[in-house]
Amino acid sequence: METKEYQALVKRRAARSPVVKNCAAAFWCGGLICALGQLLIYLYTLAGMQRRDAGTLTTITLVFIAALLTGIGVFDRIARYAGAGTLLPVTGFANSVVSPAIDNKSEGLILGVGAKIFTVAGPVLLYATLAGVVWGVVYFIITLFV
Amino acid sequence: MELLLSLVRAFLVGGVLCVSAQLLIDLTKLTPARILVLYVTVGVLIGALGIYEPLEKFAGAGVSVPLLGFGGNIARGVKEAVVEKGLLGAMTGPLTAAAGGTAAALVFGYLAALIFHGKPKSQT
Repeated sequence: METKEYQALVKRRAARSPVVKNCAAAFWCGGLICALGQLLIYLYTLAGMQRRDAGTLTTITLVFIAALLTGIGVFDRIARYAGAGTLLPVTGFANSVVSPAIDNKSEGLILGVGAKIFTVAGPVLLYATLAGVVWGVVYFIITLFV
Repeated sequence: MELLLSLVRAFLVGGVLCVSAQLLIDLTKLTPARILVLYVTVGVLIGALGIYEPLEKFAGAGVSVPLLGFGGNIARGVKEAVVEKGLLGAMTGPLTAAAGGTAAALVFGYLAALIFHGKPKSQT
């Protein structure tokens, strides 16, 4: 291979490699969190819970773990490596709620914690609710004709 | 054995979903907040289209733990609420279905803010 060609190849690879590396980290970290979720669902149903309640409690458990890890400052370090692997699971949602709540404590419990706790949760809940209501209206109209 | 397979399915599907989000982060200028909003909304959409339920039956926590599941759960809750209460269900359904995770995040977030001390400035 020509030296020039080789250099171009190295350059391309180098530019792409962080993406590949990030994706690998996101894959196994995100996968692991989901597998942990699956294990929790299994354990909760084993303990006699309904499948759906077990799912909800699993979400709550993961949110608790993420809140705790955020509080002691470990979550950020994991997230820096895992990227979307910790962001996309409900752990990322929890972190985005807990982190600004802690960081804005100095501004008071009402407009500091109270308002900033919704920094990311607000948009998520708003658009989830909007989409949900639209779907509800559409489904209601469907039920009128079917 | 059944447990092991369900863990593997959750791992693989959850992992792939996270890779899709990572690609969005790396290749577009989407911020984490936009990504979360996007996946929740897409979750509601695929729930409405009837794709979410079979997907969850297959992958379990692999789709219900990522934010997609938050949306899928809402779509399912809304549908049940409309069946039960008609048009009123369209209003009460979404937040009812999202209640567990949201309340947990808010309560644990508040407690964490009381207990822990953060860095002086946030970078959300």
